[in-house]
Amino acid sequence: MSLRIVVTVKYVPDATGDRHFADDLTVDRDDVDGLLSELDEYAVEQALQISENSDDDVEITVLTVGPEDAKDALRKALSMGADKAIHVEDDDLHGTDAIGTSLVLAKAIEKAGYDLVISGMASTDGTGGVVPALVAERLGVPQVTLLSEVSVEDGTVKGRRDGDAASEQLEASLPAVVSVTDQSGEARYPSFKGIMAAKKKPVESWDLSDLDIEAEEVGLDGAWTKVDSAAERPARTAGTIVKDEGEGGKQLAEFLASQKFI
Amino acid sequence: MAEVLVYVDHVDGAVRKPTLELLTLARRIGEPVAVALGSGAENTAAALAEHGAVKVLTHDASEYADYLVVPKVDALQAAVEAVSPAAVLVSSSAEGKEIAARLALRIGSGIITDAVDLEAGDEGPVATQSVFAASFTTKSRVIKGTPVITVKPNSAAVEAAPAAGAVEALSVSFGELATGTKVTGRTPRESTGRPELTEAAIVVSGGRGVNGAENFAIIEALADSLGAAVGASRAAVDAGWYPHTNQVGQTGKSVSPQLYIANGISGAIQHRAGMQTSKTIVAVNKDPEAPIFDLVDYGVVGDLFDVVPQLTEEIKARKG
Repeated sequence: MSLRIVVTVKYVPDATGDRHFADDLTVDRDDVDGLLSELDEYAVEQALQISENSDDDVEITVLTVGPEDAKDALRKALSMGADKAIHVEDDDLHGTDAIGTSLVLAKAIEKAGYDLVISGMASTDGTGGVVPALVAERLGVPQVTLLSEVSVEDGTVKGRRDGDAASEQLEASLPAVVSVTDQSGEARYPSFKGIMAAKKKPVESWDLSDLDIEAEEVGLDGAWTKVDSAAERPARTAGTIVKDEGEGGKQLAEFLASQKFI
Repeated sequence: MAEVLVYVDHVDGAVRKPTLELLTLARRIGEPVAVALGSGAENTAAALAEHGAVKVLTHDASEYADYLVVPKVDALQAAVEAVSPAAVLVSSSAEGKEIAARLALRIGSGIITDAVDLEAGDEGPVATQSVFAASFTTKSRVIKGTPVITVKPNSAAVEAAPAAGAVEALSVSFGELATGTKVTGRTPRESTGRPELTEAAIVVSGGRGVNGAENFAIIEALADSLGAAVGASRAAVDAGWYPHTNQVGQTGKSVSPQLYIANGISGAIQHRAGMQTSKTIVAVNKDPEAPIFDLVDYGVVGDLFDVVPQLTEEIKARKG
């Protein structure tokens, strides 16, 4: 038996950098360093653990859609231990929304061949968290999402989804789309050996024509949503800071009372 | 007047507060028509009518509890086809966003997630979003199909606006994908008796400075004196001091209460992402240089083990 896992990853602007919008109201990717979205590291980690715990022949492919620099995210995933990578890159993709991104991912996943897709719970820049559900809808396979525990056995994926009201045990037959949370298990650091090995691993580049996608289906013009304006949030006006000299709690209570919270 | 579909989040007929907030926003755009699914669906009608629902479409089937997400998408799609609404509003819970996204794709419509405000516009509803750890505010529209918009809790006030709330049965047929992911077990979360974190008017949080699971008792005591929910920073959760369901921040919950009290939390970007839109922010921290003090309306530089118990006592005394 073999098990083909495709892990979707995103290259995002560093959250500790000065993130802002470009003139066309897309996320500016030039002025801030990018990196593999932290939440996608958990997806790579779970793919590696499934592989390590499996008697099957497991092949892990990492897939990203993004500009040239997005290769850095693929390299990181390869250095953690993934086997190969696919980079979908095309100038016409600039400004693609979540619906369009799910189209590109779904087409690429089908072309790559898969039994299991693993994604992170959300990206750290857009934070929508809807792409795994959209990819499952497009592929027409079960959605087993937001798992904090996941296992694969005999063609079945099982996992635990911790919701607000209850913790649920889920089960679906492969092929399926899974997403994992940051509670699924600490992601490993790439070893020196892993980093060296990653340099020799294959990275395929596909463009929209490889996926039979027309330019007008994606990009800013193909988006089904439009950002009309983006404004920096005004800095909060400086508050009152007091040093506790024995009465700090009472002073704070006085403030809360003045604001009608007590 | 155009109808606006509102997906109802309820527990056995008890409507959750974010759904009532959606009704307030829906009334700005048109006439709210609610869709309530699953066990107790019909029991939601009174509360929904009280807050402006002209109609309540209901359907119950075991599939809603036994399978993940997709049966609800099938039902909401049936409601869209029956009503032809001007927009569809769903609460921004994890499940709400997944339902909304799949619905949008199926009906060929754009989706906006995590709106914090919504108003009518000449070219359809305009959604406000708070992005990049709340450092930017964007205004967006759906430009294809029926706008599907998910809205964060605490984005609007709950308003009484009595309407008919006539219950009508929704006819739903489930597709092949509906039974794809089986829910084989469900353990309800133990109730703490405190308000839901994302819905609470006041949130009291503890971070690294709390320094131990046992010390969270003083955070809880302060929360209880104010009728507040308890939150925790990632550092506190990763250290195992408090459950992940209470985590506030980028990888946890995003909260927007009237009052947020941060105790022993430095205010790293990951945390700010989850609380920066709170109306009033208060912090207690030993370190005068902690970035959280850049956000506060009122801050106390001091040891939380002195300040917090004194604050709790003072609140209790004032409340009598």
